[in-house]
Amino acid sequence: MSQAQPNKVIYGQTLVELGERNPRIVVLDADVPRSTNTYRFRDAFPDRFFDCGVAEQNMICIAAGLAASGKIAFASTFAVFASMRACEQVRTSVAYPRLNVKIVATNAGVDNAGDGVTHQGIEDLAIMRAIPNMTVLSPSDPVTTRKAVLAIAQLDGPVYLRLGRNPSPVLHEENVEFELGKMIPLRDGDDLAVIATGNMVHEALIAAEALAGQGIEARVLDCHTVKPIDNAAILDAARATRGIITAEDHNLIGGLGGAVCEVVSELWPTRVRRVGLKDCFASSGRDYRELLAHFQMDAAAIQAAAQELWSSNGVHALSASSARCATR
Amino acid sequence: MELERGPRPLRLIGKVRHQMKTEKSLRNLQRKACLLRRHIIRMVGVGKTGHIGGSCSCADIVAALYFSVMNVDPARPDDPGRDRFILSKGHAALVLYAALAERGFFPLGELERLKQVGAMLQGHPDRLRTPGVEANTGSLGQGLSLANGMALAAKLDGSNHRIYVILGDGEINEGQVWEAAMFGAFHRLDNVTATLDRNGLQAMGPTKARLGTEPMGDKWRAFGWHVIEIDGHDLAQILDAFAQAKAHPGSPTLILANTVKGKGISFAENNPAFHNGMMTQEQYDLASRELEAALAALNDQT
Repeated sequence: MSQAQPNKVIYGQTLVELGERNPRIVVLDADVPRSTNTYRFRDAFPDRFFDCGVAEQNMICIAAGLAASGKIAFASTFAVFASMRACEQVRTSVAYPRLNVKIVATNAGVDNAGDGVTHQGIEDLAIMRAIPNMTVLSPSDPVTTRKAVLAIAQLDGPVYLRLGRNPSPVLHEENVEFELGKMIPLRDGDDLAVIATGNMVHEALIAAEALAGQGIEARVLDCHTVKPIDNAAILDAARATRGIITAEDHNLIGGLGGAVCEVVSELWPTRVRRVGLKDCFASSGRDYRELLAHFQMDAAAIQAAAQELWSSNGVHALSASSARCATR
Repeated sequence: MELERGPRPLRLIGKVRHQMKTEKSLRNLQRKACLLRRHIIRMVGVGKTGHIGGSCSCADIVAALYFSVMNVDPARPDDPGRDRFILSKGHAALVLYAALAERGFFPLGELERLKQVGAMLQGHPDRLRTPGVEANTGSLGQGLSLANGMALAAKLDGSNHRIYVILGDGEINEGQVWEAAMFGAFHRLDNVTATLDRNGLQAMGPTKARLGTEPMGDKWRAFGWHVIEIDGHDLAQILDAFAQAKAHPGSPTLILANTVKGKGISFAENNPAFHNGMMTQEQYDLASRELEAALAALNDQT
């Protein structure tokens, strides 16, 4: 598994692996099984796969009904529809009764470059994080995606897991220790800390290498579980370094950056710079990389935020994370 | 003497006995429905609001389900083979709580603690807190989808238990109901029986004054459902409809139950004010008297 692959492909393959092991696993989709990769499970276990058509609200509640009858129900569609079209169904029919439903959403963030705003889920982490009983994941690479899918199948309760659609390079060793709620350090450093999630972990590593070339050693933490957030890793980063940079393919409000700020504000106030979509809708683009660069969410943006933080005296420079979306 | 003991007269006697037994069991169910309404009134009390109208309109249907139709065991509320009941119109929780308490899922005393902090009985059903509750309903439009999931699970497991749903006629304004209706018919979920409590009123007035809801039966038939229309307060018709639904293969059944909102309480009947209404002491006393009288009349018949 050393090749870059879309995490959603790993998801589809892992579902089949789970299906072979556990007859309680059932999978639902809302007319996008090719895109989400649930078709792999459909082809292997047609009796345990239900395509609900373009009806996400019905799908989420069907998953809840299956879970209430002892099944482990995986329900997949695009992040924007899973978190918003079916939001209240997730809240009331899944999270409130703590049912064993795993909502695995693809097209997270702006990584569906071509389709544009309607298909870019940029609020899902904030929405799902705000729902009680919900565990929220955003793995970064093929290795941790597989481990995350296996781990949530073991967890008895509601989960939201978001995935990208573009190929993700392998960032972790095959035998990396994966524990829900525990960040994985990918790089050491005590000058700054970069806490990243999902696709942005790769960008964070590139940025950290560039920073090292400038004499700034930044630790990089892969925050695959956004809720519950790893308080200990954040506290340690806040104590050991001059400041924290967060990076997420998500709106700046309420996602990983928000979660980290909540923790440091209460436990160990330190300076934070957030990299993400600056409270604006993105747009279509030729490809994902073009969008990341255009909306200042790539490795260069992380590096710039880190440099600004490193050289500032605690005065918040408005040009960094709180800046409004400049371009559309 | 020997001739008189021939097979034909015996069969006749058997038929008469059967009819008497049926009448007795119908009266028992009517009495149960009356008891449920009395619990509803007591739970709401004086000077507090409660969903009296929609709870009373489906009291006969709920009584039929819990005291005749459904296979449930209060001693084993988690039995995988039990029938499931989903009160999709979750605001009628009072009638569900009354039925569960009467059926022995929890002590009747819990009814007095309704809506208190930490109480088992919430304003709307909560499956984690209340034994016998199958779904956290209250947000309208989700129950039939939940039933679809439970019905798929039953089929996957090869279990012949059934899923019963009560929908409100205001509730079916929600688009999700029709997503669920299409799904259930397409997947031939004949283990689902939904009853539409057509009392004709939603929170603020007549359903007909909100959306074009008619022709209701034709709508469900067009969606692929088996439809039975009944008087939702006639227990013989209710039992017969559930039996027909159980015997009908290949599609889910909708029982279109014509009901009266607030049924059994004179001032609440067909009165939108009692969708979520508040009783004065005088009204409470009147409702109590009316229900006691109805119970006494049923007792006199036995």
